[in-house]
Amino acid sequence: MTSLDDMYREVIMDHYRAPRGKKPLEESNVSSHGHNPSCGDEIDMKVLVKDNYLKGIHIDCKGCAISTASASIMAETLEGKSFDEVLKIAATVKALLKGEIDEVDEDLGDIDSLAGVRQFPVRIKCALLAWVTLVEGLKNYAEGKDESGEVTLSGSLDHDD
Amino acid sequence: MNQKETQAEKLTNPEAVKTRPIKPLDTDRIKQDFPILNEKINGKRLVYLDSAATSQKPKVVIEALTNYYNRTNSNIHRGLHTLAEHATQAYEQTRAHVASFIGGVHSSEVIFTSGTTHSINTVATAWGNENISEGDEIVITEMEHHANMVPWFMLAKRQNATLKRIPITVCGHLDLSDLDKIITEKTKIVAVTHMSNVLGTINPFDKIVARAKKVGALVLVDGAQSAPHLKIDVKALDVDFYTFSSHKMLGPTGVGVLWGRKEILNKMTPLLYGGEMIREVSFERITWAELPSKMEAGTPNIADVVAFDAALDYLERLGMDRIRQHEMELTAYAIDKLSKIDGIEIQGPLETDQRGGAISFTDSDIHPHDISTFLDANGIAIRAGHHCAQPLMRVLGKMATARASLYIYNDQADVDILCDSLVEMRRFFGL
Repeated sequence: MTSLDDMYREVIMDHYRAPRGKKPLEESNVSSHGHNPSCGDEIDMKVLVKDNYLKGIHIDCKGCAISTASASIMAETLEGKSFDEVLKIAATVKALLKGEIDEVDEDLGDIDSLAGVRQFPVRIKCALLAWVTLVEGLKNYAEGKDESGEVTLSGSLDHDD
Repeated sequence: MNQKETQAEKLTNPEAVKTRPIKPLDTDRIKQDFPILNEKINGKRLVYLDSAATSQKPKVVIEALTNYYNRTNSNIHRGLHTLAEHATQAYEQTRAHVASFIGGVHSSEVIFTSGTTHSINTVATAWGNENISEGDEIVITEMEHHANMVPWFMLAKRQNATLKRIPITVCGHLDLSDLDKIITEKTKIVAVTHMSNVLGTINPFDKIVARAKKVGALVLVDGAQSAPHLKIDVKALDVDFYTFSSHKMLGPTGVGVLWGRKEILNKMTPLLYGGEMIREVSFERITWAELPSKMEAGTPNIADVVAFDAALDYLERLGMDRIRQHEMELTAYAIDKLSKIDGIEIQGPLETDQRGGAISFTDSDIHPHDISTFLDANGIAIRAGHHCAQPLMRVLGKMATARASLYIYNDQADVDILCDSLVEMRRFFGL
């Protein structure tokens, strides 16, 4: 398998062609906007958090195959998860993309298919965009600051630290 | 004598090139002059199509740089020893060379900077702060690189002035139909790119300059994309400032040129203060040195300026007319071939007499980042993104584009590999 095949796996391409989380929510209480200035990718998300659980997520992503697929995988994996689980999974994705871990739990759906991105360092930011955008929105929500987050990716991977 | 030897002889004899009708560039031979083109990228021969970002460097330039450090290195203008004298001569030789390269201006009007960005910032700050006041207008265009936009935006903000813009047409040309309304009596400076780094458009300056002169405004040209590819004559353009970078025209990074009319530069307060730019300093009073020293405070980038001379030599040996001819032909070939690929759309003008070899394109289904990654796996270097022209991207209604840009070492084989890879890419993505 070439590294291209590894990054653009069938699973990734499936998410890219038919992204999950497209359906608008009737109700939401978190919104967040992410932007990758190096390529212009933009992501808008609305989330419904109820009783500490992520009840719904709507994503509008204008980006490349990797950022779109990663956002789709995120929507699919996180719906119904608790607040703490969401943050833990987001940290796992980051560790996977940064090469700190090589495998993830089987119950994390298609997240493991993002591992192929690691061979393309310049594309790691694409895969991270949705996750850091969500975490920023949730953090603001938890701190009761504001319902919305705003993320602009810079050169560092530590956007949510 | 075989063809290559004939070519080699011509390369060493500029007169031989000048006196004959335009003869095509021998790209096979030129490629051999660029060591990096022998590099393998992801196991493939490097196909470098990103010269609008930075050009590759011929061996002679790399050698000029190491020769300088090996044999001449010294600080300039102040030492009395032999090396200092040699270094000063070499540095000043490049200045004289630049002066002739841009149409035979006076050497003292050629200011070395760190690049086009630095050159434009110098004018926007040093000239701008003293000449722009509340209510004045600064005019740019919709196709400017951030380097020719942000400095003017900030100047307008500082001085409470208005930043106006000349729009572009759907074909990617400047729309000059409302020029008289855009450039008005309140306009103090008009800053326009000579060649768009995104669309490739070569902008005509006659109408803009005529209108600017009528209202007493100055004209600054961002020549970062044009100086490497076109014969530049700043006097024929009849503009006031011309700015460009060495690294896009075979020279080292970290060297730029600000050319300005002497009468304007003479009146300008320098941007940077320090050594070398003064005539007399006391605790009571400071007077500036003559041009160009006045504008070059501190120890400049001597080695890179010296090596830039070798880049200018190289370009002149090939001949700017031949370079332009080569790029027009190759651009026509590339545009024709790219347009035939399903889903590929070219942004910007298609007429090669009105554009250079920076070709932006989009795929109806594949994001520019994915295009770039796929091509890179095949050894092809292109640029993908907003190309430091976010306002233009908004006008075009694109988040980003892919850009292949051509130069003297590119040939039809490079374009063929690009196009074959794009076809293969669409298959890979299941299209």
